[in-house]
Amino acid sequence: MKYLPSGGQWLLMLLLTLWATVPLHAQSPNDATFLSTLGELREATYSDKASIAERLSQGGHHSVRAVLTALMEDRLYFRNDDRKIFIVKSAEGDPLNLIDPLSLKDAGSAPADNLTKIGTNNVLRRMLRTTVAHFALSSPDVSVRLDAVRDMLRSLDNATVALLRERIGVETDSSVKKEIATGLALAALDSSDPRTRLEAIDTLRQSVSQDVRNRLALLLDKSPDGSFAESDEKVRRAAGAAVQTIDRWRTFYSGFETLFFGLSLGSVLVLIAIGLAITFGVMGVINMAHGELMMLGAYTTYAVQLAMPGHIGISILVAIPAAFIVAGTTGVLMERTIIRFLYGRPLETLLATFGVSLILQQSVRSIFSANNRSVVTPDWMSGSLRLNDALSITYNRLYIVIFTLMVFSVILVVLKRTRIGLDIRAVSQNRAMAKAMGIRTEWVDAMTFGLGSGIAGVAGVALSQLTNVGPNLGQSYIIDSFMVVVFGGVGNLWGSLIGGMSMGAVNELLEPYAGAVLAKIFVLVGLILFIQARPRGLFPPAGRAAEDK
Amino acid sequence: MNGDKQAPGLWSRTTLVARGGGGRFDRGAKWFLAVLAVVAIAVPVLNQVVPASSAFHLSAYGITLIGKYLCYGMLALAVDLIWGYCGILSLGHAAFFALGGYAMGMYLMRQIGSRGVYGDPILPDFMVFLNYKSLPWFWYGFNHFPLALAMMILVPALLALVFGWLAFRSRVTGVYFSIITQALTYALMLAFFRNNMGFGGNNGFTDFKDILGFDLHSDRTHVVLLVITSAALAASYMACRAIVESRAGRVVLAIRDAESRTRFLGYPVESFKLWLFVFSGIIAGIAGALYVPQIGIINPSEFAPINSIEAVIWVAVGGRGTLYGAIAGAVLVNYAKTYLTGAFPEVWLYALGALFVLVTLFLPRGVIGLVAARDKDK
Amino acid sequence: MKLRAMFMTASLLMAGIVFSKVAAAQGTIKVGVLHSLSGTMAISETTLKDTILMMIDAQNKKGGLLGKKLEAVVVDPASNWPLFAEKAAQLLEKDKVAVVFGCWTSVSRKSVLPVFEKDDGLLFYPVQYEGEESSKNVIYTGAAPNQQAIPAVDYLMKEVGVKRWVLEGTDYVYPRTTNKILEAYLLMKGVKPADISINYTPFGFSDWQTRVAAIKKFGSAGKKTGVVSTINGDANVPFYKELGNQKISAEDIPVVAFSVGEEELSGLDTKPLLGHLAAWNYFESINTPANKAFISQWHTFIKNPKRTTNDPMEAHYIGFNLWVKAVQKAKTTDVEKVLAALPGLETPNLTGGIAKVLPNHHITKPVYIGEVKADGQFNVVWKSAGTVPGDAWSDYLPGSKDIEADWVTLNCGNYNKVTKKCSGQNYK
Repeated sequence: MKYLPSGGQWLLMLLLTLWATVPLHAQSPNDATFLSTLGELREATYSDKASIAERLSQGGHHSVRAVLTALMEDRLYFRNDDRKIFIVKSAEGDPLNLIDPLSLKDAGSAPADNLTKIGTNNVLRRMLRTTVAHFALSSPDVSVRLDAVRDMLRSLDNATVALLRERIGVETDSSVKKEIATGLALAALDSSDPRTRLEAIDTLRQSVSQDVRNRLALLLDKSPDGSFAESDEKVRRAAGAAVQTIDRWRTFYSGFETLFFGLSLGSVLVLIAIGLAITFGVMGVINMAHGELMMLGAYTTYAVQLAMPGHIGISILVAIPAAFIVAGTTGVLMERTIIRFLYGRPLETLLATFGVSLILQQSVRSIFSANNRSVVTPDWMSGSLRLNDALSITYNRLYIVIFTLMVFSVILVVLKRTRIGLDIRAVSQNRAMAKAMGIRTEWVDAMTFGLGSGIAGVAGVALSQLTNVGPNLGQSYIIDSFMVVVFGGVGNLWGSLIGGMSMGAVNELLEPYAGAVLAKIFVLVGLILFIQARPRGLFPPAGRAAEDK
Repeated sequence: MNGDKQAPGLWSRTTLVARGGGGRFDRGAKWFLAVLAVVAIAVPVLNQVVPASSAFHLSAYGITLIGKYLCYGMLALAVDLIWGYCGILSLGHAAFFALGGYAMGMYLMRQIGSRGVYGDPILPDFMVFLNYKSLPWFWYGFNHFPLALAMMILVPALLALVFGWLAFRSRVTGVYFSIITQALTYALMLAFFRNNMGFGGNNGFTDFKDILGFDLHSDRTHVVLLVITSAALAASYMACRAIVESRAGRVVLAIRDAESRTRFLGYPVESFKLWLFVFSGIIAGIAGALYVPQIGIINPSEFAPINSIEAVIWVAVGGRGTLYGAIAGAVLVNYAKTYLTGAFPEVWLYALGALFVLVTLFLPRGVIGLVAARDKDK
Repeated sequence: MKLRAMFMTASLLMAGIVFSKVAAAQGTIKVGVLHSLSGTMAISETTLKDTILMMIDAQNKKGGLLGKKLEAVVVDPASNWPLFAEKAAQLLEKDKVAVVFGCWTSVSRKSVLPVFEKDDGLLFYPVQYEGEESSKNVIYTGAAPNQQAIPAVDYLMKEVGVKRWVLEGTDYVYPRTTNKILEAYLLMKGVKPADISINYTPFGFSDWQTRVAAIKKFGSAGKKTGVVSTINGDANVPFYKELGNQKISAEDIPVVAFSVGEEELSGLDTKPLLGHLAAWNYFESINTPANKAFISQWHTFIKNPKRTTNDPMEAHYIGFNLWVKAVQKAKTTDVEKVLAALPGLETPNLTGGIAKVLPNHHITKPVYIGEVKADGQFNVVWKSAGTVPGDAWSDYLPGSKDIEADWVTLNCGNYNKVTKKCSGQNYK
């Protein structure tokens, strides 16, 4: 017999059907509140926007995360004609692709002129970052979770602490767990039970973070009437000990940091001096245009980036050989047309190359304009490597240190192991003999000068990542490069390396105590006095052939 | 010898001097002094006597310009003395120039008295502004001209003495010496740029009112200053001539040409070099002191290494080893600069750079050498 | 003979100097442009030279001034301060210009000031500066500290909630004076001395590692910290790069700068600067018809649609228009009469307001605070309610608060209201 539903079952089925189809036809009241709160963002001031964002996140709508992230990244717009709010996929390009805030689905596109951005300022963005971090806690990506926890540690309120407590149970990554534990311990410092507080301090003692140290130091604060912020004696003592430990570690790490600063400054000095050491030491040519050759290298980087705007990441790697060629060619040209006639007269080469430097500066000004040019740092060179809470090493300087060492080794290999290097050394030691042995000295001269200039160009690529790229780039570094070469010993590559590194280290060590200017003056005076003691530098060139006059 | 591959017969420049020599008033000196005299007479006449509306009138701008050239001429003279005759290339001589200038500047600042912006009778404006309560010790006495005059000479001399003693004693020569003179002037520049040093920092000293009671804004004072500068230039020139013509001058030339040999012959090479260096520093200091009241400002950028290099360029362009050549070079290059920055403001650096390259390549003996060569061919 | 040649050359040179008075071309009014076209300041000043040339061009197309064409006399003082004084003398005495638009750094202005006062010239100075000066012969179209620095500090204090302050400057008179004023202002507002850190670095300073690390440390004491930057010129690039690399974002420690504008940003990688602030009286991104017209006029003149406009350019725009109006009112280019006609004169600025010349030779300007965007433009986050009148003598410094400048009734640049005396700053 056929089964027919009873009247009650019909009713149930009807209700079920109605209930299932309702969301397809109408917005729930939740959606409506969400949209109207969202709409308030259009006209609000920055501080009002913050409270609106707060309300949105508490409302718990499923689109809140996407909307707040969009607002934080300046991707929330409203359409001028119908005032509807949209998220845009990306702020670049025209027309802009729109996303509906409710359904988070594509909603067509609109020309940029028809849309007005809902603006943010720093304060608002900071608040949004902490709010959005709550959502990021469950991201599959470890680094996103880590950043989220760190953001949340900045403002620990009850809601945040609750979230963290939830998370620590399910968190799998150890570094994230450690961060969360730190956050919970910081929160536990406010607990009323001294034993909890003591336990918290025990956890926090391992940290080297400045924020943790500050929070612990607050426990030791004395109020004007003599009573301590922390009432329990044992807790106070533990906090004091913890602060001391943290301070000791932080000083230790900051010593490392200063050392790194010195190394990185030194490596810049070495880089700008190597080229000069070759032309100066090996050929006896004082090249006052050395700075301008570095400038040419920096401008080459700029030009390469103009030519490949979409591939900034590898632009630096392309720029290095390009700069070498550009600067090297200029050097060879200089040698063939001017310097060739001035051998043996180092002081004349100084004057002539000074004239060339003026010409190079002015040509760059005419071709590119007198203004600085913008050279973009690729992403893999930006930011810093975070070793721990107390020690971060900036990537660009780290790469420059590595790069300097690489360049130095390459030059050393070229000079000591290759045929051309042999020829160069022969010509510099005894030109007449080398010629008699059949070496084409003019060609070798040109190549040497080209090599030295090419290295200057490569140094310019490195400099473009650190400082302005403008016509005056060369002038800022030429004095320093001469100092390093003279300090290290004319013609000696190892001298330049050690000389540059030590000058950089001394400068950076002095700087926190004496200030930048006095540190520099001290280094200069030190150099003057050093030359008295060793008139030919750290590693003097041996032999009579080296006698200039 | 010693790899010195300059044009053959160049060192017959020594004979040039010797030939023209035969006393301090040889033909060269006579002509140079004559030119200076003409300038020293023409300027007051053209400014004070000729009426302002006439096309022949020399404005204050013109007087200042000529005065500046003469001061630079003195600096070039100082550089040529040690470079052309003793082979010491100092790339930091502008330091002595600037020190002399600052000494004069300190005197002029004290003369402002209560006419400054803040009206303090003792403290210059910049000190009031930096909340100094009293005058720093090194400013004491600068309101008396004799002390200031002594300082203009003594401070550059002292620096030259100390620096030279340290350098020459250790036999620092050639390129090394040049680079550490650069270090010296660069360090001084950094030091004087500091606002805490008590020397006016980046702004330096400016807005002077009068010197020895004479209003610095009147044409008459500038004319007198120019005449004094010409006299100083003439006197320095004669003094330098006296040195190079004397027996000591012969030793100096020998040091330039063959230092080791001279030393082995028993001459105290280091002492000669030192005293020449000090004397040259004094001349540069006086030049700087005369420069400041005419220009109206002294500023740490006078210590800039580039200024010293330019001084050497002037000597190279004019012709080193001939004292009047250096002065001529200074006037020529600075005139070119004045003209070019006015007439071709966009491209004057090209012209200047090309000038340096061409002079070094084709005129190793400078402009004077060019004229002399033509003279020899006659 | 060689010495005759030398003698001839010397005489020719002298003659060249004496007789090189350029004969005034009949029927033109000469306008002097005193901006560095080479050297370290060329980066900023070349644009200003072009701005004046553009304004002269436009005015000539409207028929010139008083029936005569305007002629530009451009000189290059090459970022060299003594050369500035010399070129100023050349413009006033040799070329006999009617007005000069020029200077950028305070040193350059201070070195030309005696020349202008002695030769009775007229200078329009377009750059923000430190105040403590009011000359009879200068019209200051740039911001005085109360039109830039004080509102910026107010914004940080009120809107951002900054409680600890780093005043980071380049070691010269503008930052020194500004920081002196700001320190006095902050102390007056109740900030504790331990919460203020003042530091100076030399020009062109490029190794910021230690300094930025120190700022980071100062800023991690638990209170919201902000940096007021009077770092000038080239040192800005490595400073911001280092800030970015040491992960100091604008949300943690905001930096407000007074010398970073659209022109400087065009030579920078803006990634590390996003969100950092600048305080000016004009931004290129401000949307008014006058600004749009100016920008397109500039793009047409300079033949490059990517060139930016900035605050000193607007100052020259205002200054030039004021001068033209004053000449038309006085019916002559004679400096004394033009100076008498200027105070009280009004002209529209580019952001929808009016710039008025005050008796102390400053003008009224609106104040804007903007955040750096990725495209090198600024997003305005705050603006003043109206225009702010420029105050030459800061009310927060004990030495200056009693001083006022008034060239209309008192005829004095630094008149002490308490002692009722006029001192310095004017030349007889």
